[in-house]
Amino acid sequence: MSAEINIPYEPDENGHFGQFGGRYVAETLMPILIEVARSYEEMHGDDAFQQEFRRLLEVYVGRPSPLYLAERFSAAHGGGRIYFKREDLNHTGAHKINNTIGQALLARRMGKQRLMAETGAGQHGVATATAAALFGMECDVYMGTEDMRRQAPNVQRMEMLGARLVPVNSGTCTLKDAMSEALRAWVSTCVDTFYVIGSVAGPHPYPVMVRDFQRVIGDETREQILASEGRLPDQIIACVGGGSNAAGIFAAFLEDSVALIGVEAAGHGIASGEHAASIGAGRVGILHGTKSYVLQDDQGQILNAHSVSAGLDYPGVGPQHALWAERGRAEYCGITDEEAVAAFHEVTLLEGIIPALESAHAVAEAGKRGEQLGPEGLIVVNMSGRGDKDLDNVRDYEAGRDKGHA
Amino acid sequence: MNRLDSTFQRLKAEDRKGLIAFLMAGDPDLGASEDHFRTVVENGADVLELGIPFSDPTADGPTIQAAGKRALDAGMTIEKGLELVRRLRRDIETPIVLFGYSNPYFAYGYDNFCKHAVEAGADGVLVVDIPAEEADEFTPSCHAHGLHFVPLIAPTTPPDRAARILGHSNGFVYYIMVTGVTGARARVSHNVREHVDRLRECTPLPIGVGFGVSSGEQAREVAEGADAVVVGSALVEAATQGTLAELTRELRAGLDAGRSVGGG
Repeated sequence: MSAEINIPYEPDENGHFGQFGGRYVAETLMPILIEVARSYEEMHGDDAFQQEFRRLLEVYVGRPSPLYLAERFSAAHGGGRIYFKREDLNHTGAHKINNTIGQALLARRMGKQRLMAETGAGQHGVATATAAALFGMECDVYMGTEDMRRQAPNVQRMEMLGARLVPVNSGTCTLKDAMSEALRAWVSTCVDTFYVIGSVAGPHPYPVMVRDFQRVIGDETREQILASEGRLPDQIIACVGGGSNAAGIFAAFLEDSVALIGVEAAGHGIASGEHAASIGAGRVGILHGTKSYVLQDDQGQILNAHSVSAGLDYPGVGPQHALWAERGRAEYCGITDEEAVAAFHEVTLLEGIIPALESAHAVAEAGKRGEQLGPEGLIVVNMSGRGDKDLDNVRDYEAGRDKGHA
Repeated sequence: MNRLDSTFQRLKAEDRKGLIAFLMAGDPDLGASEDHFRTVVENGADVLELGIPFSDPTADGPTIQAAGKRALDAGMTIEKGLELVRRLRRDIETPIVLFGYSNPYFAYGYDNFCKHAVEAGADGVLVVDIPAEEADEFTPSCHAHGLHFVPLIAPTTPPDRAARILGHSNGFVYYIMVTGVTGARARVSHNVREHVDRLRECTPLPIGVGFGVSSGEQAREVAEGADAVVVGSALVEAATQGTLAELTRELRAGLDAGRSVGGG
């Protein structure tokens, strides 16, 4: 175990995590981001807010989410003990709601009546639309048209929840393009609209704020695994697109001797060039307001990512993950489309749990690691979302159509 | 002396408002783009903003997004952008500001970029997504090589922040007069004059106002109180329509008309 203890992982006042992070945005947004950061800091230290946040997570989201020992899956992969942290059982079906409740509380505190969000798989869009409904706010969701096709059930849910869908038709019509368009829209509406970013990416303070709201996953996991096993796990495994579910569960274990493993989408394989492995195959660069590992060409133009999973289909990654990767605190690896789809079926049949394709990447890696660790192994996989939204997508993939960037 | 400084001094001496013309380098290709820059100079532009395209231009509206995409599709790079500057510099003394986003410069290497830009004949750089808080990674190279780092001020920028930003700036100030992305607008903002007057109290630098200007009449209107007007999307659009010379002359005429009416 090479975990380094007591390294300062918190950013400086401008949101720099070492060489990563920061606020690379147009001047128009800077005063707004400074205000969001100031308000967030104030709210974070406010007991009344913390109480209200905890209360909503309990009675509305349904927390704590269970930590489930997946016995049949464990038996099939090394015979150790592999647990699933069941974020898929949250209201709206993924971890995303933890963060949108937190940010909606902040928006309300700042007196903003409108929310806006970008979404890839639609989970963050649904979670933002849900929070908007709960707080009686308006909500605009920016979504690439390719993702709208891939995640049609979530599009319907968002509309049912009263959100206005804004289709984004630029680039590959996926998450990157939705986020670019959302940032453009925010430049025009920032005075009265709160931008609810769904990942630990984007400009400061979003990477810190989103991680803090998601940290409940890690805090609960620690308590639950100690109660059931009397020790911390050997490994914690989570999928990484922008990286919010991984950051949330990792955050509670940074100073422990626990291996943290982030799983990026390797798409058709790293060698194919068609993947979303920003840490595995990208270089340091600046995208969507933050400096981190980015998929880019030698001219600094952003490359299109590819993954069968819309939620991981993003050419950047949160700056904290970049720092953890650089410092060796977390390890990042890739799982291909094919491996993820196989794990999707396997865990559905063995455990009766249909995972989101995003989470299936983490499950696939957990299978491999379980076999390496053997009977003594203790692993927690963050089951970040449920897979109902992916049924058509998996069927299409298997019909050989894949998604093919239009 | 940097060409930006000498040009704004000359404009002031002549009691004229400057026309800052933005076009995307390499749109639709390098040769045509060079012709477009020459056209705006011949028809009255005082400063050129040469856009360096980026795949994800988060502060640009549809017109400039599309121009950037055309340029990238035609193989535009920073090196070719600098080649365009060199070609223009053979016989044109108009100041040139390179206008773009951070990542292509970061990939090229900030110091190399500043060095090569000055060697090619550029006078300033404006990086949309490097606000004051991140500027320390870029400005030392600008200063070392004599490239002006042009600051942006927005309607959302509070006065104390503006004063802080402008304390370390040179060239001119680009005042973004709308809270929004680039693009022609039917109506321009009304309280520009007020904002510009307030900026004057923070800085002796010349002030250029932009975002949304598309006609001679609008140029005249927003130039009141400012030193120059920036026009981008409308010129980019005019270049695709073949009306670039006409629009440039109209903008020039609008600015020159304002001079006798509005005074200095």
